[in-house]
Amino acid sequence: MTTATDTTATGHDDHHHGPEKGLMRWVKTTNHKDIGSLYMWFAFTMVLIGGAMAMVIRMELFQPGMQIVDPHFFNQMTTMHGLIMVFGAIMPAFVGLGNWLIPMMIGAPDMALPRMNNWSFWILPFAGGILLSTFFMDGGAPAFGWTFYAPLSTTFAPDSTDFFIFAVHLLGFSSIMGAINIIATVLNMRAPEMKLMDMPLFVWTWLITSFLLIGAMPVLAGAVTMMLTDRNFGTSFFDATGGGDPVLFQHIFWFFGHPEVYIMILPAFGVVSHIIPTFARKPLFGYSSMVYATASIAFLSYIVWAHHMFLTGMPVAGELYFMYATMLIAVPTGVKVFNWISTMWRGSMTFETPMLWAISFVFLFTIGGFSGLMLGIAPADIQYHDTYFVVAHFHYVLVTGALWSIIAATFYWLPKWTGKMYNEKLAKVHFWWAVISVNVLFFPQHFLGLAGMPRRIPDYSLQFADFNMISSLGGFAFGASFILLTYIVIDCIRNGKPTTARPWEGAKGLEWTLEPKAQYHSFNTPPSRKLIEQESQNS
Amino acid sequence: MSEQEYYVPHGTYWPIIGSIGVSTLFVGFANQMHGAEWGGSVMALGFAIMVFMMFGWFGQVVNESTNGIYNKQVDRSFRWGMSWFIFSEVMFFAAFFGALFYARQLSVPWLGGADNNLFTPDLWNAFSASWHQMAFISPGTELQSGTVMSFPAVPATGIETATPAMVVDPWGLPALNTALLLASGVTLTFAHHALRAGHRDQIVGWLVATIALGVAFLGFQIMEYGHAYHDGLKLTSGIYGSTFYMLTGFHGFHVTVGVIMLTVILYRVQKGHFNADNHFGFEGVAWYWHFVDVVWLGLFVFVYWL
Ligand code: HEM
Ligand SMILES: [Cu+2]
Repeated sequence: MTTATDTTATGHDDHHHGPEKGLMRWVKTTNHKDIGSLYMWFAFTMVLIGGAMAMVIRMELFQPGMQIVDPHFFNQMTTMHGLIMVFGAIMPAFVGLGNWLIPMMIGAPDMALPRMNNWSFWILPFAGGILLSTFFMDGGAPAFGWTFYAPLSTTFAPDSTDFFIFAVHLLGFSSIMGAINIIATVLNMRAPEMKLMDMPLFVWTWLITSFLLIGAMPVLAGAVTMMLTDRNFGTSFFDATGGGDPVLFQHIFWFFGHPEVYIMILPAFGVVSHIIPTFARKPLFGYSSMVYATASIAFLSYIVWAHHMFLTGMPVAGELYFMYATMLIAVPTGVKVFNWISTMWRGSMTFETPMLWAISFVFLFTIGGFSGLMLGIAPADIQYHDTYFVVAHFHYVLVTGALWSIIAATFYWLPKWTGKMYNEKLAKVHFWWAVISVNVLFFPQHFLGLAGMPRRIPDYSLQFADFNMISSLGGFAFGASFILLTYIVIDCIRNGKPTTARPWEGAKGLEWTLEPKAQYHSFNTPPSRKLIEQESQNS
Repeated sequence: MSEQEYYVPHGTYWPIIGSIGVSTLFVGFANQMHGAEWGGSVMALGFAIMVFMMFGWFGQVVNESTNGIYNKQVDRSFRWGMSWFIFSEVMFFAAFFGALFYARQLSVPWLGGADNNLFTPDLWNAFSASWHQMAFISPGTELQSGTVMSFPAVPATGIETATPAMVVDPWGLPALNTALLLASGVTLTFAHHALRAGHRDQIVGWLVATIALGVAFLGFQIMEYGHAYHDGLKLTSGIYGSTFYMLTGFHGFHVTVGVIMLTVILYRVQKGHFNADNHFGFEGVAWYWHFVDVVWLGLFVFVYWL
């Protein structure tokens, strides 16, 4: 291993091969850290673009009646907001974190397939570009919702839909290659002395997520391929006049879609399982039960998809099966929440910014989990389905769940990425700003939904006015919080104070044994058994 | 490079070229479908860029491999990569098999009024459900309930619901093709044994046999398409036609890719790129070929036979 001598971070902190200069470094790079940064910045850009669309939605919904955009454009906004946030922001951000962290956490020099790693990233800007270009086409961008149900997306969709389909294909290639790379890295590049049950939880959760990706993304590719041929070549997969069935689309989509939501939350579980032990100064409670819980969630996620389809006229046996299977997921999820709380129990806790995000994750994600349970009750879902209650549910799990963990991870590992410390005071201000505004934004949506306000509609009846206005105000405040976040991160990169190799005293993990700013190539020789044991979450 | 150190390449242009290529291909294809005259040429350009990229990228990897830059660990990475890539392909086919099972077991019977769909017999009075569903209610048809189907649906000729019990006789060409592909799996395994025993002539012989079987398969498959098309089974003839052509079409595409890859391997064998214990390229292609084989068995049973 490289010795940690030079504590001031310079561009050339590596005595093997430093990075190249200029723009081409980023185009050609095969380095997991460079690629991780590219992913993160890409995701961040997409958060801003998708966020701008959310602002349009909340402006339109600020008051009843038609306000600023026409209904067709409103539909484009909800659709593209969802697509961009799911495929452009959350997923790439987690792949970015995986790229940055996994090799450092398992004592590897880099990812197993570095050239393919470059390709996984460099497909994304092209896919994103094709997707966004649909705004400028005749008939506008896709407007059928991020779930693109047939026949809205086949028979009744604009030409631009074919571009959307190819963008989804490209995003799929990227995710599948990324997942294959992570599997090969974890299984083949791990320090020889590191057993599977020594692996940090972020590595575990990503490994399991990769299996979800490889199982689910090709099915999505199949779904959009069927759309493509239904639209252009006269097949009848989703067309009842030819013996097909629009409901078949929903089955295929949700067979992908439900694993997909766990793709977006399992790595989040991993992140939180690192941060809470650090600031509780206690080992993670129930390490192995965390691993098994993650694996069971992943398995169950493949067999519950039709809880999104309780109202499609499924046979009763189907309704019952999917209801009980869905409820079952609450068990391993409960194990996780229990373990996080037990980790904090009697710990000597401090509340640095990453910890604030992690604790609020536990609270707010659990709210989302509970509303999920409510939705999973088939007879009750007849009332909730396609209302704002669903919107509230998935924003609690995705924004205050997945996104929260990404922000938490950013603050937690930013010192390791930059060798510098962010402004703790400002970061705390930002946290409270975000956590309050996000609840003002999404909590009232539960009430709106229970009272029957449908989702994806630009207008609403008068009794929903107050809660919508409150929600919109929260939305604007939450949107504005991203300006502060951007400032804090850039300020840290530019002017942050140099930090030590292990800025969090309670932190464990091989990444903290590297230089303050992790060197360009981390572990050219694998770490020893002793070091691994010392840094294990399991000890 | 030593056994300890993992080879991490420094910088590569191939991925960005690949991204440009595949995007050009897709943008061209989409415009082609929308009737733009230039669509086809842009597509061809994208395809050419992809071919260039693949030659370059694989060429570089082959070079590095023959120069002994890779150690056993790199070899293992390739193996993990290839096996999970094949798994992702399995899941892609699974989506289409799923559509086939769903249509056959659920949606077509439901359209015929089975189970809980009380209203369908009235709505679709002219429709009698049977497999292989080849004809359908066409747009504009007057239905019993008085509504007119107005979906701009697939082009159709009328309410013929006559559906042959067997569109394609499985025991003709499909059975022959099954035999060909299974035999090709065997010849490929012989080639592998020969490779491990170090008999280059035998490897070449078995590989050529495998390729020939694959090409023969493709030839018969094209003949078979001709027959099916002649008998009125088209991509547009309802859900059976959709699943039939999409499944067999994607499979045929994979066989084509497999034949190309085997040809490359044949060339590499003649160049002496492989030895008894270092021949991942060969094995990766062999795995792929066996996968294509297994998919065919599924096709034979569920698409042709049952
Ligand atoms: C405790 C576990 C969970 C349960 C029981 C659950 C249950 C459900 C149910 C039944 C629905 C369908 C509601 C309807 O449309 O009527 C739903 C929707 C949704 N859930 Fe969950 N969920 C859980 C966790 C999650 C997680 C962890 C995520 C993502 C990180 C998530 C994301 C979503 C999304 C995006 C939708 C809406 C999909 C759409 O646009 O229609 N859920 N959930
Ligand atoms: Cu779900």
